Amino acid sequence: MKLHEYQAKSLLGRYGVPLLPGIPATTPDEAVAAAEKLGGPLWVVKSQIHAGGRGKGRFKGAVSDAELAKAAKGEDAEGKGGVRLARSIEDVREAAAEMLGNVLVTKQTGIEGKEVRTLYIEGGCAIDKEFYLSVLLDRSNNKVLFMASKFGGMDIEDVAESNPEAIIKVHVDTAVGLTDFNGRELAYALGITDRKAVNRAVGFFRSVFQAYMELDCAMLEINPLVLDKDGNLFVLDAKMEIDSNAVYRHKDIAEMRDVHEEEATEIEASEYGLNFIKLDGNIGCMVNGAGLAMATMDIIQFKGASPANFLDVGGGAKQDQVEAAFRIITNDPSVEGILVNIFGGIMKCDVIAKGVIEAVKQVGLEVPLVVRLSGTNAELGKKIIDESGLPVISATNLDTAAQAIVDAVKGA
Amino acid sequence: MSILVNKDTKLICQGITGKSGAFHCGQMEAYGTQLVGGVVPGKGGTTWGDNNIPIFDTVKEAVEATGANASVIFVPPPWAADGIMEAVDAELDLVICITEGIPVTDMINVARYMEGKKTRLVGPNCPGVITPGECKIGIMPGHIHTPGSVGVLSRSGTLTYEAVGQLSEVGLGQSTCVGIGGDPIIGTKFIDVLTLFRDDPQTEAVIMIGEIGGTAEEEAAAWIQENWNDKPIVGFIAGATAPPGRRMGHAGAIISGGTGTAESKFEALEAAGVHVVKSPAEMGKKMKEVLGK
Repeated sequence: MKLHEYQAKSLLGRYGVPLLPGIPATTPDEAVAAAEKLGGPLWVVKSQIHAGGRGKGRFKGAVSDAELAKAAKGEDAEGKGGVRLARSIEDVREAAAEMLGNVLVTKQTGIEGKEVRTLYIEGGCAIDKEFYLSVLLDRSNNKVLFMASKFGGMDIEDVAESNPEAIIKVHVDTAVGLTDFNGRELAYALGITDRKAVNRAVGFFRSVFQAYMELDCAMLEINPLVLDKDGNLFVLDAKMEIDSNAVYRHKDIAEMRDVHEEEATEIEASEYGLNFIKLDGNIGCMVNGAGLAMATMDIIQFKGASPANFLDVGGGAKQDQVEAAFRIITNDPSVEGILVNIFGGIMKCDVIAKGVIEAVKQVGLEVPLVVRLSGTNAELGKKIIDESGLPVISATNLDTAAQAIVDAVKGA
Repeated sequence: MSILVNKDTKLICQGITGKSGAFHCGQMEAYGTQLVGGVVPGKGGTTWGDNNIPIFDTVKEAVEATGANASVIFVPPPWAADGIMEAVDAELDLVICITEGIPVTDMINVARYMEGKKTRLVGPNCPGVITPGECKIGIMPGHIHTPGSVGVLSRSGTLTYEAVGQLSEVGLGQSTCVGIGGDPIIGTKFIDVLTLFRDDPQTEAVIMIGEIGGTAEEEAAAWIQENWNDKPIVGFIAGATAPPGRRMGHAGAIISGGTGTAESKFEALEAAGVHVVKSPAEMGKKMKEVLGK
């Protein structure tokens, strides 16, 4: 589960991680009130969306389509970005009015962009150096990994490509927590040498580690991490993702979910316990199991078409779930054909066949539909489909099923 | 021979009275698996099912009373990590955790707890392990499997069934099928199972099914280059069409920061001499072809 910058910072603040003073705002008036409360003389007005590259992003309607296209590629474009410096209260009001309710296009949002509904007004600061820090799970050894580099503000992927030795990696043993020497190693590598500053840095990293573990983070990126003239580290920007499997034990974090950042169809799907991800192809698919669902998307592409979605109905789909899955797939105007691929194990194919037929009757069918049933009671399922009188093409193996739907769509 | 489980495996189930635990224990018994006990804290002294399987409060008691050497876990996510550690503490040889949705930080602790212990963990978030005709531990449909000589190894559930179905269709049986699980932290990795298959005389060839996310397939490919013998391996990676930054159903199936792509995994396996198929419909056919059968 992704969080906004202001939410991530409020959580980090609980662990004593040094931050700049800041206040979220949803209207220009609130932004002005926030700026007045913070005092100035310098403020930063930051768009809150679940995507990076906001500073280089541009607003729809404020710049030409050509400039927007540049912003979507992460290139420098004319016009003003999604993070702005303000030197007066009037600047704050103007920036807020221009950002709120408008759609910001960054290289991570793609050309469709995301609507800015919240701003974060933050005090300015005197920056000496900017670094990069991220904390994540190293899946190769099951340890928590701190990655840091002196190249603050840059994407770590770019640094990894151009200057891999500039990335410092420190593994933390979770049974002991972040040790003093772990912290010193990070501090020295970032070029912090003053003894007191090093000690403060160790404390900083320890707080970050504690927050990462206790908040059940799946990913935490502090970029830039800033060093001020006095040798104090603090967080300038933060990206935090919480492990969805652990949200149940953090009621306060669960309430931070911003449904506006999610696809409406994905929300509907999740309400039915379906795992759905919208893609940009033209063949809708409904599959049981995540691995088989990915493989089904892959074979559609292998056969020369492209999948419109990922949809895993799970191991024991019920009638209403099959119906909901159908409705979600058929509501997508770009879907020109549907492939249902079920390998019946615990789930019986005859039950699925009945569910599909019922769903077709309820929802209607305007595009070709191929149903592939294999495994438990496959023959019975196929018979039910064939005898239904509905224009459903049945198939018994993955190859012929994928070929059938691709042919049907191309022939249409 | 086979790997991990066979007709002599004595199994207990943690969470035997829950809905899915009870259902699948029935299925496992029907397949012929030796189910000797269950563990449900607070229900010790009672029994489960038509065969009056004894239930114990703790894993230790269950092991002492029944001589079990393996456990299957159906405990819900908030308590599953504790269940794994309890089974490890009772020194079982094998623990298979079916539970999906265990928080990663819980599994970080489990991984640390297991260091230096004798127990092997398969999963979590996996379909389990089956040696056809002998022993089924997990949620896979038993009847699609046939005894034979192809080892099957996969991060997925239904995609494993698909591979097994294709093998059976071309007349190839399986030695053992292992679903290692779709989570970021899993107990048994590709390399562990490949080592077992390499050393198992019954296994003549292996189907290995990976998916996007992490670098376990790349690590396995490097290991294969150094350590493998001449048994053919057929490989497939699911998720070539998956967009970056999105979790594709499995908690571990995510391309992030440019790593974990299907392309990189296909390349690594191919370089290691694995017979990769780009279509998931060709796993069985390819195996028949490379075995020359």
